[in-house]
Amino acid sequence: MSEDAGALHVLTLTELVRGLREGRFSARELTETLLGRIGALNELLNAFITITEDQAYAEAEAADRARASGNAPLLNGVPIVHKDLFCTRGVLTTCGSRMLGNFVSPYDATVVERLKKAGAVTLAKTNMDEFAMGSSNETSWFGPVTNPWNHDRSPGGSSGGSAAAVAARLVPAATGTDTGGSIRQPAALTGTVGLKPTYGRVSRYGMVAFASSLDQAGVITRSAEDAATLLGVIAGFDERDSTSVDQPVPDYVAELARPLKGVKIGIVRQHFDEGLDSQCAARIREALDVMESEGARLVEIDLPTLALSVPTYYVVAPAECSSNMSRFDGVRFGHRADNPTDLLDLFCRSRGEGFGAEVKRRIMTGTYVLSAGYYDAYYLKAQKVRQLIVKDFRNAFRDVDVIAGPTAPTPAFALGEKTDDPITMYLNDIYTIGANLAGTPAISVPCGFAQNLPVGLHLVGPHFAEDRLLNVAHQYQMLTDWHRACPEGYE
Amino acid sequence: MLNFAGSDISPDCIVGLVGIHPLSLTRDQVQHIALLARLKLEESEFDDVVDKLSRIVDFVDQLQAAPTDGVAPMAHPLDQSQRLRPDVVTEVIDRDAIQANAPAVRDGFYLVPKVLG
Repeated sequence: MSEDAGALHVLTLTELVRGLREGRFSARELTETLLGRIGALNELLNAFITITEDQAYAEAEAADRARASGNAPLLNGVPIVHKDLFCTRGVLTTCGSRMLGNFVSPYDATVVERLKKAGAVTLAKTNMDEFAMGSSNETSWFGPVTNPWNHDRSPGGSSGGSAAAVAARLVPAATGTDTGGSIRQPAALTGTVGLKPTYGRVSRYGMVAFASSLDQAGVITRSAEDAATLLGVIAGFDERDSTSVDQPVPDYVAELARPLKGVKIGIVRQHFDEGLDSQCAARIREALDVMESEGARLVEIDLPTLALSVPTYYVVAPAECSSNMSRFDGVRFGHRADNPTDLLDLFCRSRGEGFGAEVKRRIMTGTYVLSAGYYDAYYLKAQKVRQLIVKDFRNAFRDVDVIAGPTAPTPAFALGEKTDDPITMYLNDIYTIGANLAGTPAISVPCGFAQNLPVGLHLVGPHFAEDRLLNVAHQYQMLTDWHRACPEGYE
Repeated sequence: MLNFAGSDISPDCIVGLVGIHPLSLTRDQVQHIALLARLKLEESEFDDVVDKLSRIVDFVDQLQAAPTDGVAPMAHPLDQSQRLRPDVVTEVIDRDAIQANAPAVRDGFYLVPKVLG
């Protein structure tokens, strides 16, 4: 072994790519180090549902052979974990649900396929809120994930396992999905970087669907540079996703170097209204000051419909959810109730037993807002308000390059603190939901601490402006060290 | 469930008087929604479902006040329509691999309880 393999976990994805290329350590050594860490540290975190050890070693050894023969692709030997709603061929894909507790996917999601082709080594599947419906990881059938910064706190959700694993240095990067903030909010709460690309930028093929007009795949990493590298691999047209957009994929890494000077950053007046923790607000102001001192121009803007984004989301998302979840019938795959008396009993009991409380609530909310007599008042109305929200963003981006603000209203909250009231939980996503409704890309980057817990800076850009978002985030990270902070016990 | 029909007291007054939230959905409505959604609810979870669904419905009701006259409902975040492709076979489906996940199959068929008497 040519380098201290025990210290490989501190390296970022970009540093690992370089180290592997230079032969300072092998993919096998790296895999062994990280699987060892996972074995030692995961019990308290509960970040994983399945650890794919045998497959990981096989892939790592294949990567080392490819390296030796001079055919190493970009991410050759780089370890990664996938949120457990990405289908992975021959591996359990549970979506954090009892319903899919025994589901072994017969195919790979496009995101998984592209990362495999680029040489990445899959170490595990990460824990998540059941079917991505939750903001705290507490709705998982496999139990909540804990936050490595404080194990009594939630890591956020729904991609909480992915975020906790990256924050705890168990893996350099993870995939996630974001329907209302499910990549960005856990990234903020764990001090990691979370990128949600433009709707249609990354294929949804092989992602278990939650709300199809909002769902988007993305990544959680420790730096914007790492996110840029991964986005370059997973982005791009896929004919198997009917909403995939056929647009060229820019070289995101090459765009990182552009200076901040002259970048127009929109500050939303409504973001600093009541509801935002004062320490979080202070961290956001400081981050904006840093960017301003480098020549960025801060411009105050309005998003008058911001307050309506959460109720709009909680009509549109449950409506699409109720439709998507109808595929779980206890017949073709998934949980089936014992001894059904007839077909209706089979459907109702399989679904009643297979789904947890939050998933049932969302299915029923969706069923209600789509039902005869209520469709116009709720669903159609929400789709009209959604149009107003999109218009707000479109207007804002006439004046600014990116919009900056908080990712979440508070730092990580205590496990159990918000489970009694769904509305309190839903309001966690007030700053993130707009980007899903408008389909715009957004990123959360660490910008300091409040109550010894990480705070996330949220950047939103116009459609397909991931290059600019990653560039601004990277330039900010060149000026600050918040993304290098490591939770105690995970150094 | 409280019945306000024929009463002079508005639901808001009741809230003020006894400090409880008037549920916007009845137990019967929730039972009906559950049937439409093909979900069997246990007796033990019923009160919680009625309470929380009511709170969600109340919360999304604030949309009613939004001015949307003349606004077209949004159908796609990027204002695109569904892409079409030629109607040709593109995937070869491995039935056995797919049915390996099914709770009950025989000879390539999915088994369900008897449907016709």
